[in-house]
Order: sequence, then structure tokens, then C-alpha cells
Amino acid sequence: MKVSHKVVLHFPPHIVEQPYINNLVKDYDLSFNILKASIMPNQEGFAVLELSGEQQKYAEGIKYITAAGVKVEPLSRSVLRNEERCTHCGACISICPSHAFDVDEQSRLVKFDNNRCVACGLCIKACPPHSMEFHF
Amino acid sequence: MDKTIDEINAKIKQGKAVIATAEEIIKIAQEKGLSQTARDVDVVTTGTFGPMCSSGAYFNIGHTKPRLKLGGGKATLNDVPAYTGFAAADLMLGANAIPDNDPRNRSYPGEFNYGGGHVIEDLVAGKDVRLIASGYGTDCYPRTSVDTLININDLNEAVLFNPRNAYQNYNVAVNTSDKTLYTYMGILKPRLANANYCSAGQLSPLLNDPYLKTIGIGTRIFLGGGIGYVAWNGTQHNPMALRSENGVPKRGACTLAVIGDLKQMNSRWLRGISMLGYGATMAVGIGVPIPVINEEVLEYTLVSDSAIMAPVVDYSSAYPNREANVLAEISYAELKSGKIDFNGKQIVTAALSSYSRAVEIASTLKEWLMEGKFFLTEPVAPLPGINDNTFSNVLTERN
Ligand code: SF4
Ligand code: SF4
Repeated sequence: MKVSHKVVLHFPPHIVEQPYINNLVKDYDLSFNILKASIMPNQEGFAVLELSGEQQKYAEGIKYITAAGVKVEPLSRSVLRNEERCTHCGACISICPSHAFDVDEQSRLVKFDNNRCVACGLCIKACPPHSMEFHF
Repeated sequence: MDKTIDEINAKIKQGKAVIATAEEIIKIAQEKGLSQTARDVDVVTTGTFGPMCSSGAYFNIGHTKPRLKLGGGKATLNDVPAYTGFAAADLMLGANAIPDNDPRNRSYPGEFNYGGGHVIEDLVAGKDVRLIASGYGTDCYPRTSVDTLININDLNEAVLFNPRNAYQNYNVAVNTSDKTLYTYMGILKPRLANANYCSAGQLSPLLNDPYLKTIGIGTRIFLGGGIGYVAWNGTQHNPMALRSENGVPKRGACTLAVIGDLKQMNSRWLRGISMLGYGATMAVGIGVPIPVINEEVLEYTLVSDSAIMAPVVDYSSAYPNREANVLAEISYAELKSGKIDFNGKQIVTAALSSYSRAVEIASTLKEWLMEGKFFLTEPVAPLPGINDNTFSNVLTERN
């Protein structure tokens, strides 16, 4: 039976440069579609992907990357900004590991790029007026 | 040619006053020169919106039937303890107050989801708030408890009264240790991975009038979306702080105590906030108009981010241990660029004070002045300045 799941992979800093995703394709016959990714040398990395393949192979593939130290979580939530509450302070900018926040140089408004967000949740507690929210 | 406050007010009344924000004035003066600009422009507006912990409000709730004496009793508003050391129907609430059952930092870092600042925000937003209070009962105040919803519209008075706001300059917080710190300056990642600052820089009220030549007791201001007044100097007011050649302090210096009717304020400009691992507090919006009474006053308002320096302080050791150690001085222009260079290392910066909101405040105040809705006041008395030998002291413990 073929399965397909959306998952979030968290790569600890020391293993981000290893070709784990490629091995999933090569050794476990899985196919993937990267939805979002933020992987930089020597930093914690994230990738959100849709992973599909034979159920048995899929389970083995997940076992393989988990054993290698990659944390795998189902993508069951998304993080949205409550625009009414956001005060555009900027406290989230240096907190977000996937650089989803950015200051517009002209307006000094803090832009939130949901496409870069990997729903790690770090900004939720870090945002002083609590404008970042989980949506399940 | 000097101008008086009365002359400027007369122009505001006629709709003829020329107003610029502290950001716009820099460019205007570059184009027109100092003397022409001092003649043409009547008021420079400033603004700042950021966490201001020394904020609070007092209320008169009206007397219960039969009467209950809050004074000397206990009271909470949405479970947040309020101060009951005044008369029978008066209550005071601080922005940092938190419910007795808040887990605080027992589950570190504590979340501090709801506190006094949030209660003030809810009241201003017109939401009902639950008052639970008890008194000890007297012959004239026999009742001993009350549990009721209250609403700002039903209160006799609701007054915002902040003992220390609008700090003239502030620290840039970094962390040289190996562990993440949760501070009032936000989350500081280990090994200098980020730097947080908290000032509107060139738009900040007191940085545009560094010697408080126009701002004094009684100055009418934008406060929390409404109108307020400078009540006194703020606590820890320190005009003697180290200054640059341009007169602008390079350290936290002067502060304002401000007051205003909470009923005409707006929750967009008074926002309850939670600092992870630190506590609950409130972000406050303040804007001060600076009357261009002469060239000297104008010149101070021309200060730009590149000419305002802030001290970089290590919150892993120097700050908690109250050591005077400053690691570096960095301009707001550099801080706002998103990265600072520190001993050859690039550090990502983030603000806790919202610059876009500061612009909005300065622009709103400008509109009010242009529409003749807001008039300037002459200070009733000056605030302590550099000639008054006012210092901010530290506590000397003794028995
Ligand atoms: S920390 Fe929160 S309020 Fe501040 S800019 Fe980010 S999302 Fe907006
Ligand atoms: S949840 Fe927040 S911190 Fe995490 S990636 Fe998304 S925006 Fe960034």
C-alpha cells in the first residue's frame, strides 16, 4: 500500500550537511516534495516535506533518519499571525530559526512570510503581545 | 526670531501651524537650513511605543450597598491582585501584577500569560472585568465581600498613572554566557547570537529634547491613544548620565511620570504583554510635541539615528550583578540595519520598541495639531536637569 504524509524534519546543527533526504529516495524508494526548507551550514535546519512511498519502505525510511538524529514530526498545525495584535516590535526576528520574519526597510513593519514558517512554535511564547497562534 | 507657546497655539487654532515629525524635520532642515526651518516649523512631534513596566492605573469603583471598605482589605481584577491601601472605593493596579496562582518561573521559563497590563488593556477595550474583594467590616462599612463584574464606563474614575515611562535612551542587551537568558529585554541567545534594543531612537520623545528645555510638569502629550500630561519626572530620572557632544545621553537618562484619563484611551496603544521567563507588563504609546520656540530647540530635534549611541550590556553578568560594564557603544542607525558588528562578529539585532508604531504616534499627534484638536501647554515647572544635581542612586543596604 502506498502512503503519503506531510512531515516536519528538524536537523540538529551537526548533521544538516548530510544527504539524508537523498538517501530516502535512493535506499527506500520514497519520493518527496519539499514544501518549505531552511537548511544552513552549522545551524539547526528545518524542512517541511510531503513524503510518499510503500508503507513498509516509508516506515523503514523514517526509522533510518530518526536513528541518524533527525527529529520527525507530522505537520498537523500551522502558525498564523493575529494581525490585530501584532505591534511590529520585531522581537520575533532573531528567534525564528527559519527566518520567516523580516523588517521592511521603508515602513519598519515586521513582515511574516508564512511560506518560510515550519511551525516550530518558538515565536509563540516569544512574541510579547501573543500575536502568533497555532492553528490545528 | 523666537516664538512663544501662545503664538504657536494661535496658529494651531487658525489651522495655520506647520508641524513635522521628528523624522521629517531632519530632511526639512537639510533643505532649508536651520534659521529658515526654525521660522517655518512650529512643532516637531515625537513618538515611542514599547514595554514600559512602571505603568499602572487607579480606579474609583463607586460604593457598594451596603458599603464595603477596600482600604486595608484585598482585591483582585480578573484574579490579578490590586493595591488596596487607599480609601473605601479606590484601587490601584500595576502593569506587572500577576495572579497569586500564576506558576511564575516554577515552570521555567514562565509564560506570564495574564497580568495587570492585560487587565488595563481589557478595561480600555470596554470588556467586563471581574472584581473580587474583601474588607474587614466596620460600623460604617459593614460589608465584608463583593464579587462582581465591572466595566470602565461604570467606574467613577479610571486614570492611567505611570511612574516611569519614555526612558531617554536604553541598553542594548546581549548574552555572553552559554545558556539562553529570558529577560525583560526578550530572549537572549547564548554566545552573543542576538542583541535586543528598545528605543525609537530619532523619534523618541526625550532624545529630541535632551536637556528638557521644553518638556516639563504639565506638558500635554499623546498617551495611550488619548491625551495625557507629564505629571512629574519619572522615577530613576538621571539627567547627569553620560552624554555625547551633541548633548544626547549615551546611557539611560531622563524619564517621565505621566497621567491621563484611561476612559479616552485606546487598547491599540496600551497592550498587555508577556515577557517569557520575566513577567507580564504593558506596552505603552507616548508622543510628545516639541514647540519650536527657537533655533536651539529645533537643532536638538534634528538628531538622527546615526548620532544616538546606546550602550551594549551583558545580561548574563554585568546587568544582574549591577556592574557598570559597557561592552561597546552602537548607534541606532547600526542597530536598525538588522546587524551590528561586535569585535568582528556579526550579531543579529531586534527591537522591543516598535518603530512603525512610533511613526504612527508622531503622525497622529501631527494630525491632531493640524486639525486644531490638540494645543500645546507651557510647563508649570521644569523637570530636574543637569544643574540640579539629580542622580539616580542605587540601594545601600543597612540594618
Ligand atoms: S514579536 Fe509578535 S508583536 Fe512583535 S513583530 Fe513579532 S509577531 Fe509582531
Ligand atoms: S513557528 Fe514561528 S519561529 Fe517557528 S518557523 Fe514559524 S514563524 Fe518561525
